[in-house]
Amino acid sequence: MRTPTAIAIGCSAGGVDALKAVISNLDSRIRQAILVCCHSSSDTMDLLCEVLGRVSALPVIEAVERQLVRSATVQLAPPGYHLLVERDLHFALSIDPRVNYARPSIDVMFSSAAEVWADSLIGVILTGGNADGAAGLQRVRQRGGMAVVQSPADAEVATMPQAALDLAGADYCVGLADIAPLLNQLCLV
Amino acid sequence: MYGCATDVDKPAMNTSDLDTIEVELFVQALQRRHGYDFSQYAPASLTRRVQQLADQMECKTISGLIEHVLHEPQLLPRLLEGLTVPASDMFRDPAMFRVLREQVLPLLASYPQINIWQAGCAHGQEVYSLAILLEEAGLYERSQIFATDLSERALEQAEAGIYNAREAQQWSRNYQASGGTHSLADYYSARYNLLKLDQRLRRHVTFARHNLVADGVFCEAHLILCRNVLIYFSNPLQDRVLSLFRNSLVRGGFLGLGMRESLDYASAAANFSAFAEPVRIYRLASQPEPALS
Repeated sequence: MRTPTAIAIGCSAGGVDALKAVISNLDSRIRQAILVCCHSSSDTMDLLCEVLGRVSALPVIEAVERQLVRSATVQLAPPGYHLLVERDLHFALSIDPRVNYARPSIDVMFSSAAEVWADSLIGVILTGGNADGAAGLQRVRQRGGMAVVQSPADAEVATMPQAALDLAGADYCVGLADIAPLLNQLCLV
Repeated sequence: MYGCATDVDKPAMNTSDLDTIEVELFVQALQRRHGYDFSQYAPASLTRRVQQLADQMECKTISGLIEHVLHEPQLLPRLLEGLTVPASDMFRDPAMFRVLREQVLPLLASYPQINIWQAGCAHGQEVYSLAILLEEAGLYERSQIFATDLSERALEQAEAGIYNAREAQQWSRNYQASGGTHSLADYYSARYNLLKLDQRLRRHVTFARHNLVADGVFCEAHLILCRNVLIYFSNPLQDRVLSLFRNSLVRGGFLGLGMRESLDYASAAANFSAFAEPVRIYRLASQPEPALS
């Protein structure tokens, strides 16, 4: 794997605390673009941006269609839309049908990020209540990227990380507290 | 602003290049065989849809799909449906419908005849939503809705107005949240697991095929709704279609887009001012822009 350019993180609605734990411990010197897909029934990401922004050393924003992916920034998939990345590094949105009952779907975001960043992408699967993300993480690994999965025993809901492990496997399977230090170590080389 | 992420590395070029070649060949085959041009669609979603079509038709590769494109002309409606993936809901984004109801329709009420163009109407849920709004505002008798789509199959479904009843609860909630004063159930009949919209709602709707990529001005409109259609288009095509809308709208006419659509990269957007920016309703300037020399 090359030096990572981007990190893609997936979790479901119960994962807000997990997300906080990871984002709040990321090193402020990280230059990688960070994309987050968090299932939620809310029609706005404002609250999540605010909650994460308060604990994050990096700016936290909702991804905007057609805009360039930003480095050193946490970018959240907007509610109700799939988030994709074009090869020219601009964001694209879609309202194609739900994937794994989810829109935004982690599989869609991970697969598209894997096409773009290939072996310079880290995919991270945290706690969650369904199997979304497993196929996406598999694609990340097929393209030479790295897979980090929260240890199911440590996760609030084990279904999502377990499904990811079963289908894709992982380069690292660690507890929540160890994920940010691991990402810092992988990114600050 | 945090500046542009120019320090994000350029993507790796290797195995997926093959997919890129195949999608390009598919697009070329479709264009040369059937005259439909998808070359200006944004690649990420288009690639996904082409791949899905190949999977659905049990082709091992996109190249395999190309054979069908070239040799089975009767498949065209299915291809177009797969490439445009109709998606719609009744009163999706209730906040937008509330603004239409409370702020836009009262202004349109001053016209003796109200023309509305729903561009990319998919399966028609928004067409019926709009008809209900006009009905409840007492404007429907002097309104005409032009509902267009690229896909013949989508238009057939839109005309039938039959949907899966499992959506009914969500649609009812949307309707109430949009300021609806009746019960949405007043407008449909339910049977088995299906619901059918009251066909009286169709009495001022014209369904027609129209391709935003290639076709011109469709009508003189006071309101154009084109929600979550341009998100699939490249920047130049988005700009072209916005110009088409500008040329179709009366001065002071309204344009409604999807809730997360961005106009930052379209020069034609300069002709529009924000009327209700949070719900993406824009208004054509009442004076024409001076022509660029």
